[in-house]
Amino acid sequence: MDKDTAKDIKILAIESSCDETAAAVVRNGREVLSNIIYSQIALHTEYGGVVPEIASRKHIEKINKVIDSALKEAGTTLQDIDAIAVTYGPGLVGALLVGVSAAKAMAFATNKPLVGVHHIEGHISANYIENLNLEPPFMCLVVSGGHTHLVNVEDYGKYTILGKTRDDAAGEAFDKVARAIGLGYPGGPKIDRVAKEGNPDAIAFPRAKVENGEYDFSFSGLKSAVLNYLNQCEMKGEEIVVPDVAASFQKAVVDVLVDHSMDAVKRYGAKKFAIAGGVASNSSLRKAFEERCAKEKIEFYHPSPMYCTDNAAMIGVAGYYEFLAGTRHGYDLNAIPQLKLGER
Amino acid sequence: MKIIAIDSSGLTASVAVIEDDNLIAEYNVQYKKTHSQTLLPMLDEIKGMIDLDLATVDAIAIAKGPGSFTGLRIGSATAKGLAGALDIPIVEISTLEGLACNLYGTDALVVPMMDARRSQVYTAVYEFIQQDDKYILSSVMEDSAMAVEDLLVKVNELGASLKKKIIFLGDGVPVYEDKIRELTDAVYTFAPAHMNRQRAAAFGYLAIDKVNSGDVVSAFDHAPEYLRLSQAERERNEGIKNKGSNY
Repeated sequence: MDKDTAKDIKILAIESSCDETAAAVVRNGREVLSNIIYSQIALHTEYGGVVPEIASRKHIEKINKVIDSALKEAGTTLQDIDAIAVTYGPGLVGALLVGVSAAKAMAFATNKPLVGVHHIEGHISANYIENLNLEPPFMCLVVSGGHTHLVNVEDYGKYTILGKTRDDAAGEAFDKVARAIGLGYPGGPKIDRVAKEGNPDAIAFPRAKVENGEYDFSFSGLKSAVLNYLNQCEMKGEEIVVPDVAASFQKAVVDVLVDHSMDAVKRYGAKKFAIAGGVASNSSLRKAFEERCAKEKIEFYHPSPMYCTDNAAMIGVAGYYEFLAGTRHGYDLNAIPQLKLGER
Repeated sequence: MKIIAIDSSGLTASVAVIEDDNLIAEYNVQYKKTHSQTLLPMLDEIKGMIDLDLATVDAIAIAKGPGSFTGLRIGSATAKGLAGALDIPIVEISTLEGLACNLYGTDALVVPMMDARRSQVYTAVYEFIQQDDKYILSSVMEDSAMAVEDLLVKVNELGASLKKKIIFLGDGVPVYEDKIRELTDAVYTFAPAHMNRQRAAAFGYLAIDKVNSGDVVSAFDHAPEYLRLSQAERERNEGIKNKGSNY
């Protein structure tokens, strides 16, 4: 497409639902002109997880700088933006409120449309950035520190949740197990790395089935099984082989995620399958899905790691399709920590 | 000079547009809705009511704290969004100073107090001193988070040594009214309803002198002043302190 046609729609997107302060400019829903992320991971490491109040305080310090950098890097100005998209849930309420309040004030000051975006819709939409041929319908597994959702993407902005976690999110289980075996926070990337040196079949951890929820997940039992195993080793004076524990735990998570997803793909006759969210950058999970999808002749999609973790580009993409669908929010838009996918 | 003033630090949400000596509009709400739902719609309503051209606004005044952490951030993020988009500066005003300013010109000691939970109040002590043709707020006790009992000891001392009456105001008053009645020796009163909560007009008024003297910050640099660390940081610091004492 010609670079400066009148039809171009540029979205400024803002994301502050957890511990990343992020802003991006996205053109026509598929082209990322800038994607700025201020990560707070280092701040939260010593607490072993995200501290909501510390996250919120950092967001308010950084928000303007991040937005300004996104506009500058995109070579554009606020005046040249067509709409402002912002994550308004789910997430940490105090963190969300910073992005929502700033986005509303900027939309008000410039008289631009305001589009509230669901965080999970953003993660799913991250797949559109590098896969220009990908369009709904497809099946998507969203796995992150806060979410584990199996979603049937029927159309842009139209979702059916087939399954979700009953307790811990997959990423949360990674964090807790990583802490227990002394790897520290954030657990996902650390377990992924250490597991490469371990034997995934060394320890038989359980694969949880959830009653009355075919596609639902449960990871707290698995987490307890790992903790019990560690305790028993200690009591018996047996050596704990950290890479084996990491690899066996990871395989138990991956097996359940892959099996549930592929069951749903078959049942609903999906031709395309995508993963999204922070845990989607896990190399073992990615490899398992690549192999299974190839075997079942399903097209497999996944974002690059930079679009798997929380970012604003994905919110800009989702915001673009919401904008086209006519979604507009008022100045009373509030942060909704438990926002459900598909709610307006 | 035209200023938009915003306060959402406590139970009230307040927005005002002030131009030099004229308060053009003020909107105060003390209701159970969250500030996120009320603050910007209030400013939008004012904008329509007074045909406000945002390009004519010179600065955003904000109650910078202390106050409810979340409330402060809703106000600050709103101020930062406005000031950033309009490319104008932010004027930071202490919430307690803005509250005290409601009682402009009084001879009494002014004691604003906001409920800070955990048996504490955010508080300060101010007096008005005359300078040329107007009164200036002067700090007698700086902004602090403290137990109301400790505050009242201090207030009794100051009242006796300065021979002044006391006026209490702020959303901490109804919470600690019994304590105040029990423990205050000095002559005191409580400010009435039309001046006992934060009003954005007072912040706008205080901001004008600050803009004139260049005491402003950019939208990039503004952040609330909480007067308190987060709970996680407090616990960590206590942990470090306790560990340290074992050596």
